[in-house]
This record gives sequence, C-alpha cells and structure tokens, in this order.
Amino acid sequence: MSFISRGFRGKRRDTAAAGRVPPGQYVVEDFPVLSAGPTPRIPVAEWNFVLEGEIDEPKKWTWDEFRKLPTEQVTKDIHCVTKWTKLDTAWTGVSVDTILDGVGTAAEYVVAFSYGGYTTNLPLEDVTGGKAWVAFEFDGQPLHPEHGGPARLLVPHLYFWKSAKWVRGLRLVNEDQPGFWESNGYNMYGDPWREQRYWGD
Amino acid sequence: MSSRGPRLLEWKLGTVAELVQETPRVASLVLDVPEWHGHLAGQHVDVRLTADDGYQAQRSYSIASAPEDPRLAITVERLDDGEVSPYLVGEVRKGDKVELRGPIGGYFVWRATDDRPLLLIAGGSGIAPLMAMIRHRAAASSTTPTRLLYSSRSYDDVIYRAELERLASARDGLSVSHTLTRTQPSGWNGYSRRIDGVMLAEVAWPKERMPVIYICGPTPMVEAAASLLVDMGYDASSIKTERFGATGG
Repeated sequence: MSFISRGFRGKRRDTAAAGRVPPGQYVVEDFPVLSAGPTPRIPVAEWNFVLEGEIDEPKKWTWDEFRKLPTEQVTKDIHCVTKWTKLDTAWTGVSVDTILDGVGTAAEYVVAFSYGGYTTNLPLEDVTGGKAWVAFEFDGQPLHPEHGGPARLLVPHLYFWKSAKWVRGLRLVNEDQPGFWESNGYNMYGDPWREQRYWGD
Repeated sequence: MSSRGPRLLEWKLGTVAELVQETPRVASLVLDVPEWHGHLAGQHVDVRLTADDGYQAQRSYSIASAPEDPRLAITVERLDDGEVSPYLVGEVRKGDKVELRGPIGGYFVWRATDDRPLLLIAGGSGIAPLMAMIRHRAAASSTTPTRLLYSSRSYDDVIYRAELERLASARDGLSVSHTLTRTQPSGWNGYSRRIDGVMLAEVAWPKERMPVIYICGPTPMVEAAASLLVDMGYDASSIKTERFGATGG
C-alpha cells in the first residue's frame, strides 16, 4: 500500500466533479497564468497563421481572413501539468479540422509554433477529429495576451502546455520532435489520465 | 550533473531532518532523501500527500537548497485556504516522512559556470528557487556579478533575511535590494513600493551588460516586471519567469 502521510486529511472534492479530475490534479476557480518568459504582445494587424511542412502547398491567413473561417463554441475541462484543473472553460475558435480542410499530407505529427519562440509537438491524430481548435475567445471575451491571445492552440485532452499560447502556425512533420517543454523534462505526449507529466512517465 | 536524458522520476520518501520557521507564514522543510540524484538551482519537486483512506493531493515546490547541499530544502508558504500548505507548515514534524519526486524543470535553472551578470527578481515566496541559485553561487565560490531585487509585504515577511544580509556582506559581487510594499519599519531606507520602471532602472544591470534575468513570484508581479524589462529594451529571451499562482488550492 502507498505511504500514508501522518495526520493528512486533505479537502474532499465534491463527488460530482471527482470523475472529471485526473490523478494528481486539484480544481481551481480562477485561471492561473504560467509561462516561461515575458508575454508577447502581437497586434492583430500583424498576426498571421501559417500551415506548412509536409503538405502540398503552405497556407497563410491574416487575422481578418482567419476570422472569416467558421467558428465553434466549445466548453471543456482543462488540465495543467502544474496540477490545477479548471472545469467547464468556454472557448470560441476555429477547429483545426477546418484549418486542415482539403490539405493533403502523409505526415503523422505536428509542431505548433508561437510568437516568442514557444513550440510543442503533437501527433496529428490528436489535433484532428474534433479534438483541437485555434481559440481566440475565452468566456466570450477576446483572449487576453497573458492567456495566449490573440489566439492559442486548444487541445483539452492533453496537459495544457500542449495548447500553445500565441500560436502562429502548425508545421506538419514526419517524426515526433520535442518542443520547448518536451526538451526540458516534460513528457512527449502528456495524457493527464495516465499522469504523463515528465520524461519517463 | 546532467539534467538531460530520459529518467523515470520515481517517488521517494524524504525524512524531515529540520523545520525552519522563516517568517510567521513561511517554513522550510529540510529533508534527507535517500538516493537523491542531485538537482540544478531553480528546479522543483512534486510533493504528494496521502490520507489514510487513499485520498491524495500533489503540489510543486521549488528546491531552495543549493545542489551542493546534501539535504534538500523546500520553502513553503502557508495559505489559509490551502490543502497542502497548511499540512506542510503546521502539521509536519521532525522525523515525519514526505513523499516527493524530482528534480523537475530544465529551463528555469542557473549554473554557477554561467558568468554573465545575473539579475534575480523575487516576490514573496518566489524567492525560493532564486535562493537555490544564490546558495549555489556561494557554494561554488562564484563572484558572478549578481543583483537581487526582493519584494515583500513587510520586514517580518522577508524570507531568509539574515542569510541574505550575511551573503551580501561578503562583498563577492552579490548585492541585495529590498522593497517592502505594505509596511516598513521606522528608519527603513530601502524601497517602499511595488516594483516599477524607476526601481528597475536603478537596480537592474544596464541592458548593455546583457544580463540573464530570472523572475519568480505571484503572477501579477512577474508579469509587470517582465513587461517593464522588455519595454526597457532587455532581450525577451534573456528573461526567464516562474509564476507562483496561489490559487487557493
């Protein structure tokens, strides 16, 4: 049996939410901000989103063009590797399926890259089939720069470091390549339900 | 010690060798951890508590001790509505065991072999990982020009106050500036306000010296300091941040 911490009681979570909280996580009501460096400030007039790599033809959208794409409103639970979980977060964004619509590729992985230099890697099948968005609104308001605005990747089924803030493009690649946190001790995949936080988990 | 290369981070049981009350709300737990493989200054550990019915809670804490120190220290601020911190600061006694794993994090780290001017900016308990860097610097007998700007609410809230004073008086290139944002003792001649551009201009290394910069503390303070430094012309990639979100968990 696991070690018992003498005298520890803890706060019991309400059972309705219990099944929605992955192992090692706790529920928060606020929205913590974590990042490795200063917050990039990108005026939307200068914002672009690109699709490049192992595809027939690179694609590029300006903010105005991007905002003309069909959008979805989704409500999701999100899980940060630093242990906080936030339930029922509301986002507006463009599905990555929409972005990849009509794009021919044999690539199996993507690298999401951001203003400021952040990167993260994912299997292509983890950002398709209704699992990922490029989100520009949180809770009905334009996404704040501290939370990744003008737009961030949103991939709620993985730890939230995969939901790259300040995203500016997706690169389709043939091999899985570690991004920023993946090169700094964090797991290549990041499934919160298998508690894949760090290398070797 | 290399921080690279996949290694399964196993849970280990550390024994509390010493408890140090740093300030009224903050204590350090000094742990003996068997088979600890070492760490870099700036890294953290995950602590896991288990109740007798199997309920578990985990939180991350920066390692405050230098890599050279055989014992591992974490410094914990007790949050009144917290789940883990009131246990670690309040219930835990010398001789108790604490389950932890680490070290974690390869980015917010500083090695004494880096001789670029070092600027450390701390808010509250955010001093912990920066103290690991300062202690590592001392243990390595480094004379790297280092400036610490440390923001606290009051004089009694300054963590490691005496040790910082002693280290700064060694005149080996470390200088410490304090700002007390809520109350100041009579006769105080340090800063008495939140970190702002004027203060940074007075304390920070000029950008021409191309310092490496580490900022740690509550998110609003880190955001403000980082943004100010970028606006002042410091290279964004030279600024590393670690944000403590005291989210009441």
